[in-house]
Amino acid sequence: MASDSDGDEDFVSYGTPLEPLEEDEPRKKPVPLHEQTVKDEKGRFQRFHGAFTGGFSAGYYNTVGSKEGWAPATFVSSRQQKAEKQLARPEDFMDDEDLGEHGIAPAQITTSQEFSSSRRDEAREKARAVNAQAALIPGDTLLEELIAPARSSIGVELLRKMGWKEGQGVGPRVKRKARRQQTGSVYSSTMPPAGSEDSEDDDDDDDFAPEDVTFAPKDVTPVDFSPRSGVRGLGYRGLDPGMALLGRAAPEHIDLFKPQSETRSRLFGAAQRGSRRGGGVAGQAFGVGALEDEDEDVYHKDSMSRYDTELGGEEPGDGLYGWTAPQQYTKRRDASYLGKILEGFTLTQRAGEEKTIFPPPTLPRDYRPVHRFHLTSVSVSRLSGVSPALAEALRTSRGHMVKEEPQQGGRHQLDSGQRRALLGEDVLQGPSSVMELLKPEDRDRLLNLRTMAGSMAENAARSSAVSLAVTSAVAMARSMAGSMAGSSSVSSALSGAASSSGLHQQQQEALASWRGVQSSTQSFKPFEKNPSKQARYELYLDRLRQGDRDAVEQSLDSGMTEWERSREREEFVRASILYRPSSSSLTARFTSAKHDEDDGDTVEVSRDQEGDVDDKQAAVKMKMFGKLTRETFEWHPDKLLCKRFNVPDPFPGSGLVGMPKVKRDKFSVFNFLTVTETPPKPPETGKRSRWDISDQKKKIKEEEEGDASLPACSSSEQQTADGTKVFNYLCRQKLIRTFRENCDEELVNRVLFNQSVDQKSSDKKSNGDEEEEEDEEESRPPMDLFKAIFASSSDEKSSSSEGESEEEEKTKEDEGKVEPQALNLFNISSSVTSSSTSVTVSTCANQQTGNLKISGTFSQMLVRQRQPSWLSTKKRFSPRHHINPAPIIR
Amino acid sequence: MARAADGNYLLSCGSDKSLKLWSVSRGTLLKTYSGHGYEVLDADGSYDNGQICSCSSDKTVILWDVATGQVARKLRGHAGKVNCVQFNEEGTVILSGSIDGTVRCWDTRSRRFEAIQVLDEATDGVSSLKVAQHELLTGSVDGRVRRYDLRMGQLHVDFISSPITCVCFSQDGQCTLSSSLDSAVRLLDKSTGEMLGEYTGHKMKGYKLDCCLSSKDTHVLSCSEDGHVYCWDLVEGSLTLKLPVGKAVVQSLSFHPTETCLLTAMEGRVQVWGAEPEETDEVVLAT
Repeated sequence: MASDSDGDEDFVSYGTPLEPLEEDEPRKKPVPLHEQTVKDEKGRFQRFHGAFTGGFSAGYYNTVGSKEGWAPATFVSSRQQKAEKQLARPEDFMDDEDLGEHGIAPAQITTSQEFSSSRRDEAREKARAVNAQAALIPGDTLLEELIAPARSSIGVELLRKMGWKEGQGVGPRVKRKARRQQTGSVYSSTMPPAGSEDSEDDDDDDDFAPEDVTFAPKDVTPVDFSPRSGVRGLGYRGLDPGMALLGRAAPEHIDLFKPQSETRSRLFGAAQRGSRRGGGVAGQAFGVGALEDEDEDVYHKDSMSRYDTELGGEEPGDGLYGWTAPQQYTKRRDASYLGKILEGFTLTQRAGEEKTIFPPPTLPRDYRPVHRFHLTSVSVSRLSGVSPALAEALRTSRGHMVKEEPQQGGRHQLDSGQRRALLGEDVLQGPSSVMELLKPEDRDRLLNLRTMAGSMAENAARSSAVSLAVTSAVAMARSMAGSMAGSSSVSSALSGAASSSGLHQQQQEALASWRGVQSSTQSFKPFEKNPSKQARYELYLDRLRQGDRDAVEQSLDSGMTEWERSREREEFVRASILYRPSSSSLTARFTSAKHDEDDGDTVEVSRDQEGDVDDKQAAVKMKMFGKLTRETFEWHPDKLLCKRFNVPDPFPGSGLVGMPKVKRDKFSVFNFLTVTETPPKPPETGKRSRWDISDQKKKIKEEEEGDASLPACSSSEQQTADGTKVFNYLCRQKLIRTFRENCDEELVNRVLFNQSVDQKSSDKKSNGDEEEEEDEEESRPPMDLFKAIFASSSDEKSSSSEGESEEEEKTKEDEGKVEPQALNLFNISSSVTSSSTSVTVSTCANQQTGNLKISGTFSQMLVRQRQPSWLSTKKRFSPRHHINPAPIIR
Repeated sequence: MARAADGNYLLSCGSDKSLKLWSVSRGTLLKTYSGHGYEVLDADGSYDNGQICSCSSDKTVILWDVATGQVARKLRGHAGKVNCVQFNEEGTVILSGSIDGTVRCWDTRSRRFEAIQVLDEATDGVSSLKVAQHELLTGSVDGRVRRYDLRMGQLHVDFISSPITCVCFSQDGQCTLSSSLDSAVRLLDKSTGEMLGEYTGHKMKGYKLDCCLSSKDTHVLSCSEDGHVYCWDLVEGSLTLKLPVGKAVVQSLSFHPTETCLLTAMEGRVQVWGAEPEETDEVVLAT
């Protein structure tokens, strides 16, 4: 895949192409061991001397350069040199590794003692002293000061020679300003020494300073960049050595501008109080020591004396800017930080960036922070099984027809009358209440009883004699039961009304859903195991269809006990609601046979099926995209998927994933199929082929067809189950529709006529067949088409047809009338004859265009196959609209 | 074959079973990822350029680590060739569409080997797939463009009739663009499904070719089998540019997310087309 010829020089190509593999090139044989030789650069053979072939013969010619090759070093006695041996240093026993960078004695270049400036470096020492004040072992600087160094480093010597004196700073001399040496003894703690150069300058201005006198620069205390060691927190110091050993008294007040006292006060919060006790150890890490007299201040009690007691009482000039400093000082210098700055930190000069805080938006007054999903609509559509379009219509129509009741929760809070009004249904004929079913005298009696019971209860409540009420109520109930024992119908009605008015509602619902439904063969048999019960159930359904109100009561078996009847009543009503006919019988017609579990009677079908493809196709042709081509379904994403997409679950609480599914009877699909206008032909119609020209041939045919029709007949029942899928597909492909539309009526008539004739007499049929045959001969497509179709069909099919053709060939040879040109055709038709249903399709299809023929033959092949699993059908049909797979490289 | 992971890098995949990462600006090969058993059909990079997912005819989806070139995860489950693959915006889910008619959502965070969810609504192979925020757009050979709205929990199906080869969202997220084998590119309104524009003139009959929108939604671009890239004005629908790329089929194209920079793939080479001034400053990469 190198670059093209046009513009090679412009392009950068990457890598070197591999040599093309030659398919027919003989494979290289591995070279045997004795032929594996090595030559040096001059072409001489080299020999290898391994350990097993004589060792290393590293003589003069073969390697190391000396004639003798490798020879052991000669032994030299060190006995004579024993006395000369000196003391061994540790380094003598170290190898290079130890002396290396990571060894135990790294040999690296260091400044020698002479050049190191450690000893007499006053400035450094000062810094160390400052830092050592809070060191854990106090006084090590004292020890160092006691021991005087014997010599000074060369740097100090040099400086001295250049005129530097101890205590001075290093650098060019400064004019005009006399630098007073700061000794620390001159300035006591009352005078702020650092950070007050202004005052110093003022002093200098007062003194006389001649112009030609220069002064040494001020000595600078360098910052000690000693790294932090230990695991203590920032700003922590364990002990105050000055406090502990020297017993030095801290200044009485917190002086914020004196560094010494500042450090003290910031490090030890209880400095003043610690000063009051004599010596001892104090610090944050310690509690009460053994030497302490009192333990009052251990836990950092704050005393009010440290705080200012009056506002603005102190003069701003006195250097007392505390926590409660006046406003102008806090502005100038952020006083809130004073005394809290950690060691090693300084206050920044620039103020930090101010964060602009945007106020949150003001919420509207009627805002409620709860999002409400449209669960009502979901539940409506899910439970009732109506199509989403209908659900939508319901939802919208509610707004127009009924006054909106916002607090109305769901469908179940409406009563049947309201719901009926919503659905726009007529008022049901017949009684609306169970009471109306009763005979008038019974009803009167019941009403009397009810009013009596009501008044009794009222009385009882009024007299507040609870026990009396209970007993009387029980007595009433007993008397009621006794009075009603007479008529079973009344009692059943009563028990129905008493047990659950919900059942009654359900009954209404079932009635509403079943009434007016065509009495098509009902698919699902919920009580299949109990035939008599199923029969009763079907009776009940029939009555429901007729709009009978008391369908349940009439269809129940009167010979059963009351309990059984009531149970069965509930079951029937529930079943009738559960398996109510779908609102659109057309949508229920198609089963996508994705799941081929043959054991179960039901198939999971997605609830919302896509609408008719034809309409959409027409819309696409007219370029009317939009409502006609757009369909919207409810779709449940997985919970985890929502989580990963950072999206709230649109259906919280529903365990569904994907499209909502409905269990539907597998066979219902087939039963619902009413599109096929042509009634299923008797197997004899298979004879109508164009090969029975002569009578003798026809006889053979008849024999053969008889044989062939038998398995076809027997297997047709089995095939129906499998064939549902095929038929689905056929419907989908509009085969029958187009047939009905396009096929001229004459042909249909003829076909129908032929069928009727078939049943009557065979002679007529043969005549008709001959005519038919002629027609077919005229319009027969070229052989290539058949070949192409069948060559591309499955191997299974071709092999079976070959087997058949062989048999048929034999029979024909027996007759001695073999037509070689007709033989090929026969191969094809043998597949046609095997299935009764597909024959109708194919014969009709033969009159159609080539496209139809293809689908027709496909269907035959599918019917012929014993297990048309969904996958295989899918694969088989996929070529219809498959993108050419070969040229796709990506 | 070409896909700009972001503007600067380019992933090319092809029948050599490998996946190559290129730098667009320099035209150099950065890395080769090999591990697929058959030709690699599609690839996508995550938003942080940390991971790559690719799909192949060997029915697998592979998640790669960009830096090391190692296979982070190999996801099996499709029953056929996997045509298209895409990360979601956060790189937490890989969505792959296969010839078996399913879209599978794989979790990159967990070690589960099964997909989170299988979308089997398509009745034929899924040829193209795009993700934008909470929406998933799939184009299928059954001639339907499906849009799964995770937030609303809805599936919108638009019937186009002809097998879909490529779908994509517009940059403003209001429209969907779909090219189909009837040699037409259609711009549909996302919410209603109405057609806003139809762009024809190119040839797309048998190959699965790409289409895309320019970075500012001003133009519609599509590959063609006659070796050109067609560029239409989005509003007027008039052909503004017919870019001759070569003699063979332009197999894929991709537009830079921000700049006017177009990538085209043809016969093992990826070309980078710049803006007007230096019309074609292409870098040709032999794969």
